[in-house]
Amino acid sequence: MEQEYFILNIRRQNDPHSSSYWEEFHIPYKPNMNVISSLMYIQKHPVNAEGKRVNPVVFECNCYEEVCGACTMVINGRPRQACSALIDKFIDKEGIEKPIIIEPLSKFPTVRDLMVDRKKLFDGLKKAKTWIPVDGSFALGRGPRYDEKKRAYSYLLSRCMTCGCCAEACPNFNEKSDFIGPHVFPQVQRLNINPLGEMQKDERLKAIMAHGGIQGCGNAQNCAKVCPMHIPILKSLAELNFDVNIYALKKIIKW
Amino acid sequence: MTPKAIVIGGGLAGLMSVIKLVENNIDVDIISLVPVKRSHSVCAQGGINAALDTKGEGDSVEEHFYDTIYGGDFLANQMPVKGMVEAAPELIYMFDRMGTPFTRTSEGILDLRRFGGTKKKRTVFAGATTGQQLEYALDEQVRRYEDEGKVHKFEGWEFLKAVLDDRGICRGCIAQNLATMEIKAFRGDALLLCTGGAGVIYGKSTNSSINTGSAASIIYQQGAAYANGEFVQIHPTAMLGDDKTRLMSESARGEGGRVWTYKDGKPWYFLEEMYPNYGNLVPRDIASRAIHKVCVDMGLGIDGEKQVYLDLTHLDKDFLEQRLGGILEIYEKFHGDDPKKVPMKIYPGIHYFMGGIHVNWEHMTCLTGVFAAGECDYMYHGANRLGANSLLSAVYSGTVCGPAAARYIQSLDKLSEEESETLFEKYLREERAYDDEIRMMDGDENPYLLHQEMGQLMTANVGIVRYNSKLEKTDIELQNYLERWHHINMIDQGSYSNQTVMFVKQLKNMMELARVITLGALRRNESRGAHYKPDFPDRLDDEYLKTTKAFKTEDGPRFEWEEVDTSLLEPVQRTYGGKK
Repeated sequence: MEQEYFILNIRRQNDPHSSSYWEEFHIPYKPNMNVISSLMYIQKHPVNAEGKRVNPVVFECNCYEEVCGACTMVINGRPRQACSALIDKFIDKEGIEKPIIIEPLSKFPTVRDLMVDRKKLFDGLKKAKTWIPVDGSFALGRGPRYDEKKRAYSYLLSRCMTCGCCAEACPNFNEKSDFIGPHVFPQVQRLNINPLGEMQKDERLKAIMAHGGIQGCGNAQNCAKVCPMHIPILKSLAELNFDVNIYALKKIIKW
Repeated sequence: MTPKAIVIGGGLAGLMSVIKLVENNIDVDIISLVPVKRSHSVCAQGGINAALDTKGEGDSVEEHFYDTIYGGDFLANQMPVKGMVEAAPELIYMFDRMGTPFTRTSEGILDLRRFGGTKKKRTVFAGATTGQQLEYALDEQVRRYEDEGKVHKFEGWEFLKAVLDDRGICRGCIAQNLATMEIKAFRGDALLLCTGGAGVIYGKSTNSSINTGSAASIIYQQGAAYANGEFVQIHPTAMLGDDKTRLMSESARGEGGRVWTYKDGKPWYFLEEMYPNYGNLVPRDIASRAIHKVCVDMGLGIDGEKQVYLDLTHLDKDFLEQRLGGILEIYEKFHGDDPKKVPMKIYPGIHYFMGGIHVNWEHMTCLTGVFAAGECDYMYHGANRLGANSLLSAVYSGTVCGPAAARYIQSLDKLSEEESETLFEKYLREERAYDDEIRMMDGDENPYLLHQEMGQLMTANVGIVRYNSKLEKTDIELQNYLERWHHINMIDQGSYSNQTVMFVKQLKNMMELARVITLGALRRNESRGAHYKPDFPDRLDDEYLKTTKAFKTEDGPRFEWEEVDTSLLEPVQRTYGGKK
């Protein structure tokens, strides 16, 4: 008879200071489950594969629709959102006997179990000044006209949820390096091609030319492969590299 | 001494309030369960309404006003709604200047689409993720203020209590760190709750996991009134999931999708049969009731479950790809099946809370210094919300609440900084004692199973169709749950980032608010907007054209009626699909 449960093998950790350990859980199979609903099952039935009562697994999630970025974790070796990780797909591919391996993102400090602290990602956005310094939120009339083709490109860049998949896959983003992370560059480029945002283009270019900026990119191109939103990270990196060089050249010749 | 405001929640209403406060020279602490960029506002897809009239249709703010009041079955106070629809165009321009990538026309100006409940193109949109794009624009502006030191974010903190002094004036709040579990007092001269809806009370909904309504319930339990709790919008087409019900856009029906189930072994297109004039495009509430009737009363759901088909397979695949591509992708991503080949399974899902914390027109609650804005207030939608008005009300309420809170702070004769430590210590002691109590709970109830049970009960009895007998039983059961809550077992022994401790606190607050919703529904013996009682099928303005106000007492909620402002538009009957 076919096995009626599937297996989650989860890398757990009690707090930021203790070491991690693996724990297996058997989850009764139902159609249309995903990794989040499996973790919710454990909350309702906090018992491991050996039948021992354990603390429920701690994890982050919010929207369950792959639009907030909260539930990012490493599933079978790949950084992705747990809400869109369908159990049926794993079973179809690998069979129900093969455990699904779930780990926290490794590039960020673990808080507990699958929960990590991704503050560094938001700090990167701050360093690169990814905003348009509007005069205020009060009534100042219509915004600028904007070529729909450029707008459509900026929309693709703007869908980044700051989930951290790209940073997880990037060999240059780690504890030892100051590299701000691949996620910052599409946002800089989005603002630099905006009719208002381009007025501060040089300031953002200067920011990403600083230590830990665009020079930290080693062109491994892993970021684009794992981005759940298929953001054209490489295109924006190439465009920014070009702009940064022009900017530097202008500085030299005192344009 | 610097005046300071505390904003709870970093969705559109919260961030908009923050920006307005900073512009009024008030520093802000933001307390948010999640990094603000991950707030539930990101889930809104369709768009945001503003009468820009760029399509030569002669749209106007007057018409936007009419549609909003009419759609809300005349229960919304009219002056605040007027303010909202008038402000809408400038708010869109503000987002445009902040860089929101709104979809454009070939001339490079803002494009508009048509939404339900309107006759004109009035909805501005950014692809299929308008809420996300608006949220990100405000997130960036607030990050700029954070960089300038005017805003401090406390992300990963949960609001526990407002700190009220002996005169009942708010002096700050108590919050808890979700990682270290530290309980800390925050001094502040105004407290702004921007904490969203409460879908989690119903177990599964289209809401995010943080939308428990816990913060709103806390402020209700501290003495604020809760208004129109019984008005909960149900979206007819949501995908079924083990974790939540995900929204399937109305546009699937708009483009020709047919809703059916099996009867006598043959496909039965029940909406087309029941409503031959409107067919599959009946309004949301009508569609939800019909699907409910077929599944619950007639027992004809697919596979005996509460689900029917939303079928697009008869339509041309290229046409579908072009018109509904992004939406169909969502179904396939989360359900695994291709809706171009296999009919989608759907059922109505709890979606939006028109009711919320009672506020005056300046968004202050009846607790001095405590404000509320966004979905957690009750102000702009009456008995039913118009599509694409939710993003508008979230942003607009922030533009009212922020400056009102700033004015309030400037009028104070004493700042929170001057308040003695003893007041905060008293609150801290109470919250720490409560936290200890919860950690020691050693009964036999699993809190997550208890929550599941409550969600099922609320969905069955306080959802699409309401009967007084069932509402009465539900309230008795909810009181029973409040008793069972004391017999919870603290299943997590961890001292760090203990999510179960926080959930147990939320669960109690959800139960208190569930009673307000249930009893509010019980008292309203009419049908209006999203509130439907088959035993009282008509809207009864003489008796019930009133706002429900609930106050917490020892014996449960106490209710009052409040007059609704109908100074601008005389109520007329709302007939689905009828001419106005």
